[in-house]
Order: sequence, then structure tokens, then C-alpha cells
Amino acid sequence: MTLGEFAFYAFSVVTVVSGLFVVLARNPVHSVLWLILAFLSSAGLFVLLGAEFVAMLMVIVYVGAVAVLFLFVVMMLDVDFTELKAKMAAYFPIAGLIGAVFLAQLVLVYGVWKSSDGAAALRGAPTPDPAEIHNTLAIGQLIYDDYIHLFQAAGLVLLVAMIGAIVLTLRHRPNVKRQNVLAQMYRDPAKAMELKDVKPGQGL
Amino acid sequence: MADFMDTGIGLALTIMGHGLLVIAFVMVSLLFLVYGDRKIWAAVQMRRGPNVVGVFGILQTVADALKYVVKEVVIPAGVDRPVFFIAPLIAFVMPLLCWAVIPFSDRLVMADINVAVLYILAISSLEVYGVIMGGWASNSKYAFLGSLRSAAQMISYEVSIGLIIIGVILSTGSLNFGDIVAAQDGRFGFLSWYWLPHFPMVFLFFISALAETNRPPFDLPEAESELVAGYQVEYGSTPFLLFMACEYIAIFLMCALISLLFFGGWLSPIPGLPDGAIWMVAKMAVFFFLFSMVKAIVPRYRYDQLMRLGWKVFLPMSLIWVVAVAFFAQFELFGGAYARWAVGG
Repeated sequence: MTLGEFAFYAFSVVTVVSGLFVVLARNPVHSVLWLILAFLSSAGLFVLLGAEFVAMLMVIVYVGAVAVLFLFVVMMLDVDFTELKAKMAAYFPIAGLIGAVFLAQLVLVYGVWKSSDGAAALRGAPTPDPAEIHNTLAIGQLIYDDYIHLFQAAGLVLLVAMIGAIVLTLRHRPNVKRQNVLAQMYRDPAKAMELKDVKPGQGL
Repeated sequence: MADFMDTGIGLALTIMGHGLLVIAFVMVSLLFLVYGDRKIWAAVQMRRGPNVVGVFGILQTVADALKYVVKEVVIPAGVDRPVFFIAPLIAFVMPLLCWAVIPFSDRLVMADINVAVLYILAISSLEVYGVIMGGWASNSKYAFLGSLRSAAQMISYEVSIGLIIIGVILSTGSLNFGDIVAAQDGRFGFLSWYWLPHFPMVFLFFISALAETNRPPFDLPEAESELVAGYQVEYGSTPFLLFMACEYIAIFLMCALISLLFFGGWLSPIPGLPDGAIWMVAKMAVFFFLFSMVKAIVPRYRYDQLMRLGWKVFLPMSLIWVVAVAFFAQFELFGGAYARWAVGG
């Protein structure tokens, strides 16, 4: 077994096991921590594939940002998860039914899946030869040179979604005391306080 | 022998050997950094600082470390045991991992990877987990509040650090530290380095680095007047030592990053003198001195001031700077000072 194979099996076993524990862990915070481990080891798998740029983005975006938010929310929730889990037995039949139907649908769809002859070549066409340039440069060329308009459109869609979320949650409350930073900064010390020279034994 | 080194086991052994060398360098410099930090702090406050153990007290850090290690590990009631002990380990290991990609000269680098800068960003975004997990697992309100503050602060300043680094990357066209330093090599010695074209960002990076590593004046997670000692309040003995060491390793890493990104890494400041790892170490030492001086001189920020500075001042400034640098680089303005592409263009 070479070093690469060993690393592959180590990362895959860790990914699968931690994925299992995300579901099985009793404490929701532990679930999120297992999820982080799953993200990290799948980033390791990306590195083994030679896609180091995607691996680093995976860690920065999912582990560094998304999972931190998850962790914040879960830590501060005051939900009794043991109580929720106690009802699991009651919901198990219907959940199992839905799961089975969904699985059957997936199998059906995948069974009739037919790939056109030219599809593989078409997918491979915009990808430069990995031997010539490394993948950071390749991704840069693809999204900033070849498909810049699609990339910008995707960005606009995200921007609209973000503005929508802000508009939905923004409430103006008129009677809130607000801090005026500029007024604070431009206060004149001479007007705000007065220095008195207190003689010993006399007081003011 | 050469054949053995090419096999899987030989390769693994070589990598482990390199790793041990880097860790040894970091740990040994840590001893002197903590000592230096305390001495500088003492000098500013006109005290003598550590002066008993060893010559000029230089072994004080060793004595402290030994003291921490032999103390009893106290586990408070109601803590989440596994997370409680994993947290300091994560906090300690993550900054050490970053050192794998830091080059000391054009040949002294453990892992010369293409995405080195991204790797640093990725691993330092993991550092926040040590803090969050420690604060949560301690089962204490002070520790939890401290960890929330710290996490919010580290995430906020990571954003502006990322944007500032993007400016440098745009000028170089590469994510590799070797390329970034090579792009700063020029006829004018230290005038060719990136600190001159990226001048305002050097300050922003330095201040963001202070906030990112929870150094004073931004040490709000452990503001002892409000939160006792923040996320580490329930820790003692070796776990506390690990948190403490992690802080200094992260600071030293930031010194290395500033030297590499803006001050030419191992390049010599005067044209004619040979380049070498000695310059890199000297630059890191100078920046550590600055970090210490800031700790000694500047009073602590208030939490809302810190957040305002991060989101309303640094973020817009660095964002505008990224756009400006992209513009300068594309049209090769200012004599091509911003367009020193190592690859592509």
C-alpha cells in the first residue's frame, strides 16, 4: 500500500464514520463537531485528487464560516433534544416510508439514465490539460475569462437573495436609544468635565 | 539509501523529520519570544521583568512551562470532558500546522505548495474552534461569553486580512510564497518590496493581525476586568499552557506573514548583501518587537469599538484597495509596481 492509498483510506474512513456520528450523536454540539471533521477529511480527499484549490476553499468556506455559524446557533439554542428524540419511535414508520419512496425514485431515475455519446467530450472540452497549468490557474481562467458573464450572473442572484433576506428581517424601531459615534468622538473634553483642585482637609 | 527514501515509508519519515525540525524551531523561539515579550513589557513600565532564573532570567519561560506541566489538572464539575480536552489540543496544533508552508529562504521550506496563502487562511480559520470549544465545554458563563466574543472578533478580522492578502496576490499572480517573495526582488533593495506600493495595507494588516491573534489592545476575549480570563478561565496546568503557547505561535506566524507578504521575506534590504534565512528571522524578530510594544503602550479597546473598526472601517478600506490594485495591475500603472506577475497575467 503506497502512502497515497493509505491517506485515501484514512480520509474516507474518517469521513464516513464522522458522517455517521453526525446523525448518531446525542448532543447537537457534538453533531456539529463531527460534521466539521467530515468536512475536513473530505477536503483531504480533494487534495488527494489533485484539486488543492477546491480543498482549501472547502475548508475556508464550510469549516471556517458555515460550520461556525451552525455551532453558534446550536450552542445557544435552548432545545431539549432528548425530548425530541424520544418521539423518534412514533415517527419512525412514516419517516421510513418517505425514505423508501425517495430511494425507489432515485433508483428508477438512475435506471433509465442514458448519457449521450458526446456528453463526456463536451464536459471535458473547457477543462485545460492538468499537466500544463495547475488547477488554481485553470479555475481562474474558466470563471474569470471564459465564463465571466455566467459567473457575474450567479453573483447577482446571490446579491438579490442577500438583499431579500435583509429586507425581510430589517425592522425600524423608533424608540431605541442609539449611539451616535461621531457626536461621541467630537465631544469637547473642556465642556464635558471640570477639574477641581481639592485642598486637603477642606473638600468641595 | 536513496532508494529507501523514495519508498512510502522513507517519504513518510522524511516528512516527519522536516516537521520535527520546524516544530523544534518554533518551540525554541517560543521560549525566547515569551521572555522577550515580558522583558519589553517590563522595560516600558520601568520594571526589571524576569531576572532570577538563568542569566538575565532567560530560563524563566522554561521554569514556567515546567511548573504548568507538573501541576494537577483540575476538571471542573459539569464539563464536557472530551471537548474540554480536545479544545486546547486544536488551539495548539492549528497554528503549528501553518508553519509547514512558511518558507525561511528560497530553499528552506517544508511544503512548497501552490496554494500556500490559501492554506494559511484555511488553517487559521480553524483556530477559532479551539476557542469556541474550550469556552462551551467549560460549562461556565464567563468562559462561554469570552469564547463568543473571541469567535466573533476572529471571524470579523479574518475577512479584512483575506482581502488585504488578495491585494498582494493580485500583484503577484500566484498563491505561492516563493513567487510572492521573488516578485519583490528588485534593484532597489527594500524599496522594491510590497510595503511601498501596498503602503496603507501594511498598517491595516498589522492591526488586523493584532485583533486576529487576540493580542492587546484587542484582547477582549480575556478582558480580565469583565470576563475574569475569558474562554480559558476553567483551564489550568498543561491545557492552559497549550492555550498560552498557541497565542504566541499565532503571533509569531503573523510576524512571518507580514515579513513574507510586505517586507520581502528572505531578501536583503540593501542591494549587494546576500539574501538568506537570517534576514527572514531578523524581520520576524523586528515585527515581534512591534507587537510587544503595542501591548505595552496601547490601552484596551471597547468591544463595540473593535467591531466598528473591523466592519465599518477596515472592511470597506480593504475592499476598495482590492479594486484599486486590480485596476493598477491590469493597466500597469505606476511603472508596473502593482503588476509583477510570476505566472499568467
